[in-house]
Amino acid sequence: MSETLLEIKNLHAKAGDKEIIKGLDLKINKGEVHVIMGPNGAGKSTLSNVILANPEYTQTEGDIILDGENINGLKTDERARKGIFMSFQSPKEIPGVSVTNFLKYAKIATTGKPVKIFEFKKELEKNMEELKMKPEYANRNLNVGFSGGEKKKNEILQMLTLNPKLAILDETDSGLDVDAIKTVSKGIKMYSNENNGVLIITHGTKILQGLHVDYVHVLVDGKIIKTSTGDLANEIEAKGYEEYKK
Amino acid sequence: MSESKKKTQIKDFSTNIYDIKNKDEYSYKSKKGITKEIVEEISEQKNDPAWMRDFRLKALETYNKLELPTWGPNLDELNMDEIATYVRPKTDMKSSWDDVPEDIKNTFDALGIPEAEKESLAGVGAQYDSEVVYHSIKEDLVKQGVIYTDMETAVRDYPDIVKEHFMKCVPVSDHKFVALHGAVWSGGSFVYVPKGVQVDIPLQSYFRLNSPESGQFEHTLIIVDEGASLHFIEGCSAPKYNKVNLHVGCVELFVKKNAHLRYSTIENWSKNMMNLNTKRAIVEEGGKIEWVTGSFGSKVSMLYPMAVLNGANSKMEYTGISFAGHGQNLDTGLKVVHNAPNTSSVINSKSISKDGGIATFRSLERVMPSAKNSKLSVSCESLMLDNKSKSDTIPVSDIRTEEVEFSHEAKIGKISDEEIFYLMSRGISEEEAKAMIVRGFAYPISKELPLEYAVEMNNLINLELEGSIG
Repeated sequence: MSETLLEIKNLHAKAGDKEIIKGLDLKINKGEVHVIMGPNGAGKSTLSNVILANPEYTQTEGDIILDGENINGLKTDERARKGIFMSFQSPKEIPGVSVTNFLKYAKIATTGKPVKIFEFKKELEKNMEELKMKPEYANRNLNVGFSGGEKKKNEILQMLTLNPKLAILDETDSGLDVDAIKTVSKGIKMYSNENNGVLIITHGTKILQGLHVDYVHVLVDGKIIKTSTGDLANEIEAKGYEEYKK
Repeated sequence: MSESKKKTQIKDFSTNIYDIKNKDEYSYKSKKGITKEIVEEISEQKNDPAWMRDFRLKALETYNKLELPTWGPNLDELNMDEIATYVRPKTDMKSSWDDVPEDIKNTFDALGIPEAEKESLAGVGAQYDSEVVYHSIKEDLVKQGVIYTDMETAVRDYPDIVKEHFMKCVPVSDHKFVALHGAVWSGGSFVYVPKGVQVDIPLQSYFRLNSPESGQFEHTLIIVDEGASLHFIEGCSAPKYNKVNLHVGCVELFVKKNAHLRYSTIENWSKNMMNLNTKRAIVEEGGKIEWVTGSFGSKVSMLYPMAVLNGANSKMEYTGISFAGHGQNLDTGLKVVHNAPNTSSVINSKSISKDGGIATFRSLERVMPSAKNSKLSVSCESLMLDNKSKSDTIPVSDIRTEEVEFSHEAKIGKISDEEIFYLMSRGISEEEAKAMIVRGFAYPISKELPLEYAVEMNNLINLELEGSIG
């Protein structure tokens, strides 16, 4: 019935010489929200970085298929243009480039079309308001001097602006206060629809409140060892990962 | 994935300004080298008054006595015996572009000078090799008593004011190349802005060195009288030759009480140029000098504008950027002397190096005991685009009073792979991501440059973003 958006088959990946992902399979259909949980060092961030071809990591085996197309070997920017987005754990500060100009440029880069400036600005203003970002942030240098919470909201703003096929949220909730986490969840809700997919990497369940989660995967030592429905997240939040580590 | 790292190249400056190369035609070219006979010959060619002829010969004596600097970039490739110090173009100075010989006019057309003159300048001087070939100034400035002309005309028509100021700010004994300049100087601009006159639109002098194996030694003398203000822009370029060319200009600026001078320089010499320029400003009470400097060209540059803050409450601001590519050694920076109470200086420097280029920032901040309650702030940042390139900052502070506020910040860094990955994750290509980071780095400086140069600088960094934005 539902169409496959992302399919990962037997993925192996290294950070430096060390193998981190050791035979991982994952399938996300359009319209689904997936959550990956797992103890520190299990390979959660490696997975999201490998999906985006971060040159710090090497994919040694397996296939990554997006919308029916094998994207092995494509560079980061090419994958982004195919519709993959990642909200960074530590968004980078880029002096001298304003949030608006950056987003405009990224929008042109991902769509390959010129943006209509008036509509673009209107949408940006609306999204910023929804995310409770002060309007002046539009003219500030990208992430420069932003607090942790502001940086993460700015990632969500980018997600809403670029409207990718697949959004990966790499511990977007870590270090945020309750209100900021709520705002992030709201952003995910605004983005999520039947044509796209969400992959949330998290330690906690607060970010999931108010979201419909289709699947929760437990990632331990580079492999997904359990997949279940949304309730699993609450169970892990209560009990921890002890029973999955041997 | 690792090969993607190697591929990126940030393009060099739009090369056309180096490619325009006119035939080496002149009405007179001095013999190569530097001797008493050559200096006498130049003086005669230029029809100097006796005092200037004597001045040149004395400067030559000083030149012969002084040694080359023992620090900074290697100058071994400079052989004065191979340099013709005076090249008179085959025209005299015109006040209409139509009268300027075709090939020379075409060169300045290609550099956008006549067009800029129409749109955004109050006056233009254009020097070709050793002589100024075109000069103009708007009528309303003339009516207000503003003088803007070539240096030769100033020597002839305003002898008293020239004698009073010429090489008084930068004495001939300062260093070997200043002495050389004193002996063979030719061309350059003279500006006088009378008391209280505000020149709202910039004046611009442009220097083009076309002749191979030759030198350009223009002298710029600017006096901004009490309460007056001026923005002066100088630009320079040359076609590329295989052998060394030499530029030894001298800029003397007198900023009187409560006067304001902004001096912008865009230096874009070809990469066979030795650029050994000296610039200095003396600032009186309540006056302000602003240096805005972009150094992009030349093989070797040694350039350290100096401000002497002689009057209480006088100010200096330095905003500079240098971009050293393959084979370039750009040794730039500044000097400031605080010589009176409540003086202030703000120094903001950025440098970029790539493909093995060397960018060095050197500064000397001296605060004299009399300069109580002075403020200094120094910030220098360097960005290296690869592992082959070099950057260094060498600030020296000599502070002789305790009653001073001083802050210093220096940062040297390499372009970060994480930042590039971040931008690429938004669909931006690697080349464009690097360009975006470099442009962002340069932005606080480039926004101070005259508009057409800021645009050119962005081209340099290949920052013309593709696609239509907005």
